[in-house]
Amino acid sequence: MTANPEEKSEGVQAFPDSFDLEGEFARSNVQAVLEKLDRELVGLAPVKQRIREIAALLLVDKARRSMGLETGAPTLHMSFTGNPGTGKTTVALRMAEILKNLGYVRQGHLVSVTRDDLVGQYIGHTAPKTREVIKKAMGGVLFIDEAYYLYKPENERDYGQEAIEILLQVMENQRDDLVVILAGYANRMEVFFQSNPGFRSRIAHHIDFPDYSEKELMSIAKLMVDAQHYVLTPEAEKVLRDYIPRRMKMPHFANARSMRNALDRAKLRQANRLFGRKDRTNLTRHDLTTIEAEDLLASRVFQP
Amino acid sequence: MHENPRNMTQGQFSFLPPLTDDQIKAQIAYAIKMGFAVSVEYTDDPHPRNTYWEMWCQPMFDTKDPAAVMLEVNECRKVWGANHYIKVQAFDNARWRESVAMSFIVNRPKHEPGLGLARTEGPGRSIHYRVHSYATDKPRGERYK
Repeated sequence: MTANPEEKSEGVQAFPDSFDLEGEFARSNVQAVLEKLDRELVGLAPVKQRIREIAALLLVDKARRSMGLETGAPTLHMSFTGNPGTGKTTVALRMAEILKNLGYVRQGHLVSVTRDDLVGQYIGHTAPKTREVIKKAMGGVLFIDEAYYLYKPENERDYGQEAIEILLQVMENQRDDLVVILAGYANRMEVFFQSNPGFRSRIAHHIDFPDYSEKELMSIAKLMVDAQHYVLTPEAEKVLRDYIPRRMKMPHFANARSMRNALDRAKLRQANRLFGRKDRTNLTRHDLTTIEAEDLLASRVFQP
Repeated sequence: MHENPRNMTQGQFSFLPPLTDDQIKAQIAYAIKMGFAVSVEYTDDPHPRNTYWEMWCQPMFDTKDPAAVMLEVNECRKVWGANHYIKVQAFDNARWRESVAMSFIVNRPKHEPGLGLARTEGPGRSIHYRVHSYATDKPRGERYK
């Protein structure tokens, strides 16, 4: 009931003189999320830096607001650009957590969609479909993967434009209810933004995800092996180190995702190797957790 | 004894002054917290016993935030708000309950002519009562003009 004009004139001195930024930071648990991000994601230094900056901005914004310095609701919509497998979805998940901890979204869930979830197949199908997705994401983060597919300039009757218009309207009018993150390849997103200037002006943070280096891919692979309770023999590790540069030169290389797929296939071959063994009656714990060099060497990457 | 108000009463809170948007949001937040499916319905046939109204949108089974329901309420107000009743319902799908757990009016027409009581004489001087909405004397679409 602050709408009362008398109360308002009295309330001027009610703002505190100081703000405990340290305490607020500790209370928000953002540090824990940032540390988790550092631990779980190898490399990506510029991305982590940007996220830290955004967290700092939001925290300071909160401090300013508590002293009555009205800044207006900050625009939080973001675009994540980078090649496949560089961690865009994972970072988006963490971003939702950070925004929730700082009180900028109420629920902190992530709804991940692509063009198919937003655009309908016939006239009048798109608007309800897009609205349905937006409603699901309310209070959280809407992550649109490969967002450039929404806009198809070669087909002027494409329904993607309708979805774009609804999205833009919601991004503008319901900034407190929903944060939109667009993701995709850098160069194609650039074209997308050029043909949809409305999006560019409504997005505050453009974050670019660099490709991983060989060394980083190796530590990612090791993290994955650890997380799944496998062990690489020293020979297997050597083979894997050799595998990475070969795979990077091949088409459809998708950074961390390629590493996961390579390990999945190694697991498959390991299982097959164990199954084909003559003495199947006494498998040890060591047998079940060890990936040998031969499991990796069978990959088509090593075929001439 | 409570004096019957001129306007139609149905569901929760209908003897109270109209809910503000913040109060509506708080009720919806409770419904979502309880895991109910929230839906929006409208009608121009006011009667305390008319419970099946037109559906505005599909029931929202997996919304996590009241803002999503408010979006539909406001859309519905834009289209029907001037001359229709709008209610928010919350359906509980728990076994053995499986029915509407909450229902409250969030929009009323600007002017409500109210309800009249009609008496019908039956055999043996018995009297039956009937509640009649003056608005329904006119055909649909012309009520509350």
